[in-house]
Amino acid sequence: MDVALSIVSSASPPVSSIPRAPVSPFVQWVTDWGSAVVDAITTVGDLGLFAWQMLQWLFTRRPAKGTILVNFYQVGALSLPVVALTGTFIGMVLAVQSHGQFRAIGLETHLGAVINKSLVNELGPVLAATMLAGRVGSAMAAVLGTMRVTEQIDALSSMGADPIHYLVVPRFLACIFLIPALTIMADFMGIVGGYFYSVVILGIDHAAYLNHSQEGVTGFDLFIGIFKSVFFGAVIAIMSCYRGFHCKPGAEGVGTAATTAFVYSFVLILALDLVLTIILNSIYYSLYPGGGSFI
Amino acid sequence: MSDADASTLGNKNDAPGKTLLSVDDASIRLAGQWILKNINLQIERGQTVSIIGESGCGKTVFMKTLVGLLRPTSGRVTFGGVNLSTSDPKAMASIRRRIGFVFQNAALFDSMTIYENIAFPLRHNESHRPESQVRDLVMQHLQEVGLPTESALKRPAELSGGMRKRVGLARALILRPELVVYDEPTTGLDPIMSDVINELILDTRRRYPVTSIVVTHDMRTARKVSDRVLMFFPRRRLEDNDSQVLFDGPPSGLETSDDRRVRQFVRGEAGDRLREMSMGNL
Repeated sequence: MDVALSIVSSASPPVSSIPRAPVSPFVQWVTDWGSAVVDAITTVGDLGLFAWQMLQWLFTRRPAKGTILVNFYQVGALSLPVVALTGTFIGMVLAVQSHGQFRAIGLETHLGAVINKSLVNELGPVLAATMLAGRVGSAMAAVLGTMRVTEQIDALSSMGADPIHYLVVPRFLACIFLIPALTIMADFMGIVGGYFYSVVILGIDHAAYLNHSQEGVTGFDLFIGIFKSVFFGAVIAIMSCYRGFHCKPGAEGVGTAATTAFVYSFVLILALDLVLTIILNSIYYSLYPGGGSFI
Repeated sequence: MSDADASTLGNKNDAPGKTLLSVDDASIRLAGQWILKNINLQIERGQTVSIIGESGCGKTVFMKTLVGLLRPTSGRVTFGGVNLSTSDPKAMASIRRRIGFVFQNAALFDSMTIYENIAFPLRHNESHRPESQVRDLVMQHLQEVGLPTESALKRPAELSGGMRKRVGLARALILRPELVVYDEPTTGLDPIMSDVINELILDTRRRYPVTSIVVTHDMRTARKVSDRVLMFFPRRRLEDNDSQVLFDGPPSGLETSDDRRVRQFVRGEAGDRLREMSMGNL
């Protein structure tokens, strides 16, 4: 050990410790920001290419045998209970929060209209998407990340299977086909939860509550929520699979992939929600200027 | 072999058709660093070539380039006359069916049983085969690698490292590839199991007319299974860390190589390596 240390100390400084020419703070600032912008543009481009490759496979070849059912089960059947439960609670919370204000102006019986419209329009699809991103998206990123780290994705390629076709397409299909069902479940259970709390706990008149509930929600409200959810499902699948495919090595890499898959999906869901709501409302009001019924 | 001509390997005058794999002036750059530079190499059909070298010298990157999992930044890799560097994904998929790849940690699919893992290449590439044929082939390959048929229903996590590697070998061989690539086949195994794997590599070669590339830093494996040994060496400097090839010849030539670094590697002697590393001049 002494010999080794004496050799190190007598040698020239290691390459990593050779001092660089001084760089001004401004140049360093520009360099850092430039690097960050280039990285961001590269990532967006890479994500776009990933999605494009997935779409190409989607329309040119059937999903691999045995990959559809298992993913549909993971995404749909296993998510249903948690979506139903959270939907119920959200409906009840809405009743609790709104009851005070509505009672103050004597419109307690209109509570159902507000709860149901909020749920069907916004909370149902966003809640279902959030639960899907948290439960399924993170798991997808973790599974694919582990497969990347343990060379299972390379193994797929080495056997002539395209990993995007084999791993991403079935997950994408499961998300876009089953998120509408999860949204409907979240809507339904939220409405039931709101009704239960309003009528059974708060004692609002059953018939009046139901009458006003029917008036408050149109077919368009239902459509807008389900329509948006399909886009949310697509975003969750693409973002989660992308993060998994680009997972960095090690346990930390897999953890980061799972976390960022959820965070990025959630941010994109909310941004997409805003954009889609504006577009769909514009279409609706251009078709029905008076705000008439969609169906 | 001297350093000057070390990166030009193989006989360029080999008869056409005899060469299965050819690397022409290939360089690979990953994450802003040169991993390999100007590598030339030809591998003939039926040969078993070992690639040895220190950790981090670019062996695995080179091997993945040889089978088209990575593309060279410049130069070309030709397999059976097909340029892998410019092939489209469909052509690549068909070429990969002709190459069996045994991964370092086997890379078995966790979600599948051993049976499903071995059957995967057949089911994916030869979907016309009836399930009875698939079953027969899977069982035959399980037996060839010395695994009991009861292991077919187990999951990869239930097997030992040596068993997983043997499953990986069975999976790589089931499509009767022309080339089998072994990535560190004996790493992490005890000496007996390492020798079992070496015997399987030799047995595979005896049983099938297969060309093999074995990436390893186990000198016993290199000596036992190879016709030729290539030794890679990293040349770390401030601006690059490309690998150079120091040795190309039969295993017996390693001990008497002209290059001091080859002899040191073979004998497992550090020499003044620590000093060189500290100078960033490995």
